[in-house]
Amino acid sequence: MEETIRFQLNGENTEVLIDPNQTLLWVLRNHFGLTGTKFGCGMGFCGSCTVLVDNEPLRSCQLAMSDISKKNIVTIEGLAKNGKLHPVQKAFIEHDALQCGYCTPGMIMNATGLLIKNPSPSIQEIRDGMENNFCRCGAHVRIIDAVHTAADEMKGGK
Amino acid sequence: MKKKEKNPAEINQSNIGSGIKRRSFIQILGGGIFIFFRPWGVLDLFGLTPEQNRSLPKDYNAFLHIAEDGTVSCFTGKIEMGQGIITSLAQMMADELNVPFEKVKMVMGDTELCPWDQGTWGSLSTRAFGPNMRAAAAEARAVLLGLASAQMGVPVSQLVVRDGIITDMKNANHSVSYAQLTKGRKIEKHLDEKPTVEDYTQFTYVGKSYNHNDALLKVTGAAQYTGDYKLPGMVFARILRPPSHGAKRTSVDVSGAEKIEGTQIVRDGDLIAVLHENRDKADQAIVKINAEYSFKEMPVNDKSIFNWMLKADSVATEIRSSGDLETGRKLSEKIIESEFLDPYLAHAAIETHSALARLEGDKLTVWASTQSPFGLQDAISRELSLPLEKVRVITPFVGGGFGGKGAFQQGIEAAKLAKLSGKPVMLVWTRDEEFFYDTFHPAGVIKIRSGIDKSGLIKLWEYNIYYSGSRGSETIYDVPNVKTTHYRQNKNAPPVHPFGTGAWRAPNANSNTFARESQIDIMAAFAGIDPLEFRLKNLRDEKMIACLKAVADKFGYVAGKIPSGRGIGIACGTDAGTWVAHMAEVKVDKKTGQVQVVRIACAQDMGLCVNPEGATIQMEGCITMGLGYTFTEEVFFEGGNIKHHNFDSYEIPHFSSLPKIETVILDRKDQAPQGGGEPAIIAIGAVVANAIFDATGARMYRMPMTPARVLEALKKV
Repeated sequence: MEETIRFQLNGENTEVLIDPNQTLLWVLRNHFGLTGTKFGCGMGFCGSCTVLVDNEPLRSCQLAMSDISKKNIVTIEGLAKNGKLHPVQKAFIEHDALQCGYCTPGMIMNATGLLIKNPSPSIQEIRDGMENNFCRCGAHVRIIDAVHTAADEMKGGK
Repeated sequence: MKKKEKNPAEINQSNIGSGIKRRSFIQILGGGIFIFFRPWGVLDLFGLTPEQNRSLPKDYNAFLHIAEDGTVSCFTGKIEMGQGIITSLAQMMADELNVPFEKVKMVMGDTELCPWDQGTWGSLSTRAFGPNMRAAAAEARAVLLGLASAQMGVPVSQLVVRDGIITDMKNANHSVSYAQLTKGRKIEKHLDEKPTVEDYTQFTYVGKSYNHNDALLKVTGAAQYTGDYKLPGMVFARILRPPSHGAKRTSVDVSGAEKIEGTQIVRDGDLIAVLHENRDKADQAIVKINAEYSFKEMPVNDKSIFNWMLKADSVATEIRSSGDLETGRKLSEKIIESEFLDPYLAHAAIETHSALARLEGDKLTVWASTQSPFGLQDAISRELSLPLEKVRVITPFVGGGFGGKGAFQQGIEAAKLAKLSGKPVMLVWTRDEEFFYDTFHPAGVIKIRSGIDKSGLIKLWEYNIYYSGSRGSETIYDVPNVKTTHYRQNKNAPPVHPFGTGAWRAPNANSNTFARESQIDIMAAFAGIDPLEFRLKNLRDEKMIACLKAVADKFGYVAGKIPSGRGIGIACGTDAGTWVAHMAEVKVDKKTGQVQVVRIACAQDMGLCVNPEGATIQMEGCITMGLGYTFTEEVFFEGGNIKHHNFDSYEIPHFSSLPKIETVILDRKDQAPQGGGEPAIIAIGAVVANAIFDATGARMYRMPMTPARVLEALKKV
């Protein structure tokens, strides 16, 4: 029942012989060692496992491997390029927009997806876009500021 | 892309940023100065229960190590769960030792490398561990100066230390670094006469803002939490759980699970688990087990719990008694009786309780997300009948604790499964297990009878707590006739709480501050006095007064009698040695009962503030988390059946819940640093309740203040 699934993972063509019903989250973590993508609730509520699938921020705990065939997957580990942090990562550090850091990769991936879709979001649009990613430590105000700063920097870079 | 396997022994938290690998640690110890130190009169047991107090060994120690390359490893049994001590303790160490901040590496929560610690809770890391660590650093510095003096032939009084370099004040070219001094020498030394620690005028790093120094690891996904480790041959475990607390299993059929290829079933008494190298398969296997249970649950639920507590056979503990209540009643012009209700709350950290256990020979190593690595070590030793030295607990980064990870059942379970199976076992609780086995913030009832005289002075304060705990029940106001009583579990009676309870960020203080500060507001309204003025009039505590004035200033408070219709609330209190005062502005939709907090300001006196940036972040976090217990969080249950299985029914604060947050820290550099992780959460329920009253005249006596409860209160206006 194993199948070969081909997809792009953090910019590399990847193929894996695997049960296609397996969950992307656990395959990323356990098979590929990409443990930046976190398990938080297993039912798509918290957003800790958010990755980009063809630039769309999706919950990897809700995706089967068969769902991502031929897709382009980006995880938190694939965001920095040539040792240079992505503007969203940089802004999270600059604004100290984290505490325990467990929700942080999911927050950053969701924010990155948000900015791909809407490069100039208003504060309200950032709030709405981040609404369903959960943080228990209460870093919310700084996360909003960080996403705003990242949006500015990304526009400036174009 | 290749499959990566990481050896946790090489990537545990002790290596963060330092590049020090476990295998090289012993070599380092052989080459540097190693100081073993004891606390000297600075052991701070404030906030500990008597039981913990008694179990603390006298040699409460910490270690620091200065390596040949000048790196200072600071060992602490405390753990990092987002509160930021990985940064602030390093600042303190750098200052006291006079080394660059960047040279200090924190080694945390490893029972083999770090000194014993009771656990990371009670906002004790800075105020209780900090002084011990600073004293150790001061002694290390004195020893090094003595060595330099001998080597350089210059009296100590003529030497100065800066950035880990000791220099002759009379000859700037004549100097020796800590690194040069320690090279190839191992010195173990205690000074009989302990040096004094630096005072605040000498601080270089303490008092300055530093961003989280673990942020780079956390934004790149490189930070390792317990669930991120992987060992060769590791299997994932899922444990068969009962449907409710108090349920007993009467039969079980595991044949369905056995049909899933690669599944191993482990049974040991009540413990039944499935193991699989693949987490998805373990998840599939566990639901294939059929089990039947008999139920013997307590006839209580989230609605009846409060009467259940009031009727229970309790033990009454007098917390405080001064003056005479009868005198207080006679002096009172107006006596007000109120009853406040608080539900059970879940901790709901985003990282669920996780543990990885490995048995090698007779040595068990457990990586665990816990606030108490040494507590877990003790428990495993006890449960598995292993000597302490055969159990090592390592605590990687913890993904949020809030008191909930003071409990470590998952660590014991993983240890048992590793022993039973002979394989390294990873146990990551599901969200369902996390809700089920949480040690909830206890529900409780608080009854207050208080009286004011004609001038608005409080003359009577009779305060009864039922089952929600006494921390934060101090009257704080200057009242002559006071009695505070805590009704709690009678050990000879059946349990009153139907499931486990424990510390929840600023334990008990949220309930007590909600009750007290609501009652103060009720009295201010009766007295017809502005609630800020009423508080100031009844306070003698200068720090509380200063915080109230500071928050009023930040908020731009304009005095007025309540209810003014403006929707402005005030509340204050003390916790963990720190004083806080809050003001909030709310908008109440009288048709729907929806309350929107527009802004919250908080002023805090925490003594010396080690890292203003870190302290501010903690204040913001406290305020945000406090809005959860204020508006949405409440554990629903029927007997031992917890009705929450995931975040869909238990709602924690979201981005849309956020008000504008403003903070002020009244930095008292000349005073000892106090707690920062909890105080700013204690008054959120009260400040919002008081703001709702100011907006509408409706008084909220029960948390959380859901739209339905606000509508109910509005009917009584």
